[in-house]
Order: sequence, then structure tokens, then C-alpha cells
Amino acid sequence: MNQTRRQVLKAGGGASLYALLAVAGMLRPEAAFAADWNQKAFEAKNLKDAFDALGAGSRADSIGILMTAPEIAENGAVVPIGALSKLPGTESIAILIAKNPTALAANFDIPAGTEPAVSTRVKMAETSDVYVLVKAQGKYYVTKKEVKVTIGGCGG
Amino acid sequence: MADPMRIRAVAKDGAVSVKILMSHTMETGQRKDDAGKLIPAHYIQQVSATWQGKVVLSANWGTAIAKNPFLEFSFKGGQKGEKIQVTWTDNKGDKRTDEATIN
Repeated sequence: MNQTRRQVLKAGGGASLYALLAVAGMLRPEAAFAADWNQKAFEAKNLKDAFDALGAGSRADSIGILMTAPEIAENGAVVPIGALSKLPGTESIAILIAKNPTALAANFDIPAGTEPAVSTRVKMAETSDVYVLVKAQGKYYVTKKEVKVTIGGCGG
Repeated sequence: MADPMRIRAVAKDGAVSVKILMSHTMETGQRKDDAGKLIPAHYIQQVSATWQGKVVLSANWGTAIAKNPFLEFSFKGGQKGEKIQVTWTDNKGDKRTDEATIN
């Protein structure tokens, strides 16, 4: 890996150096963890494709997942969403917004010792169902809630 | 260079509650500028929090996370005075790590 870097530095010169350095940057060890980012799931244009890309093609409705979300979000640019799982063995929690240009907003890995509860703020393009998908003991569970949006958060 | 994160970590009843506010534009790639040109996407893709070398939360994000992202979670076992580190990486390869002491 270091050798690659040296070759890159030797190669020298202008735009090509810049491009090569960017490639070399990809080889840094810390970039390894970026490989986990599920591009297919995050670029899925609709809910079904996003679920499929997450491996959650089959999932069960569950009352063991609690979602806190406003009934009406006046500003779609900042919508607070909280998700809490009561399912034993919760491994990950994902937030999906059905009518956003890309449905998957976030996917959290919950290591042992961390509470299966996260809160964040999302953008919503328009009124939509919001889904919380939980992976617990290898199976997928889902709950949903509609959030009405007065002003969308993704427009220009 | 991005501004520092604001991290608050409070130990209570055997668990540490962590609140993080990051400073990031979180461009979706859907918006247009005044000239009608698309503004390229620029957003945080990964966040990870570690305590004593152990990852206590890792997150993958898409463009739908709001500008200047907020994140709250809690984990068991942290003590007052110990430190946690939070790192984010965005789609342009920028990254930032900040540290906070548990109160």
C-alpha cells in the first residue's frame, strides 16, 4: 500500500497527480469501513427496492417498535424522528421515508450494550409514511406512521 | 474544514446518554442553484461513536438526514470522566473526529 503511494508521488504533475492521489486515498486503511455503506439501498428510488436492498424483502409488522414522529411537520427540512425497539436481540434500526426521492434515510447498527433507541432529524419531500425497520435475531420487523408535511424539505 | 461537532455525553443510572450535533450542509443533490444548475450532493454517509476503543454506535446515512445533523443514543457502561470519540465521513471523503468527556 505504501509503495502505491510512493509511485503516485513519483508520477507527479498537475491534474493527473490529483486524480491519482484520490485513488491512493481510497486505499487508506480507514476507507475500509466506508465499504459498509450500502449504496444500492441508499440509492433505491422506492420503498420496495430499499427494503429489498437491505435484505428485508420479507418483514413482519410489529408493535414492539415505537416511533416518535410528529403528526404534522410544518417544515419538511427538519422532521424529528425517534425509534425505539423492544424486540430482543435488536441488531439494527433503519428509517425509511416512502415518498422521498431516495427512500432510505438512515441505518443504525446497534452493538450489544447500546440501547436499541436512536433519535435524529430527517428531511421529507412531501407528506408520506415513515417506516422504522428493525432487524432482530436475524429477522426483520417494521412499523409505520404517516407524517403530514406542510412545506417540503427537498425542493429547490 | 468542517466545524467541530457539539457532543454532550451524560452518565446516569449505569448508561450514558449521548447527543451529537454535527455541522454539515447535507446537500441532497436534488436542489438547484439560482442559475438552475443542480447542486452536487454532499452529505455525511457514515458516523461512528467509540468508547474505550469499542464501537457503541455506527450509522450509515443517506441524503435525507437534515442539515446540521442531530443524533441521540445511549449505551451501557460508561463512567463519568471517560471519553467518547465520534467520527463522521462524507461522500467526498472529508472526515472529522471529535472527542467529549462523559459528565
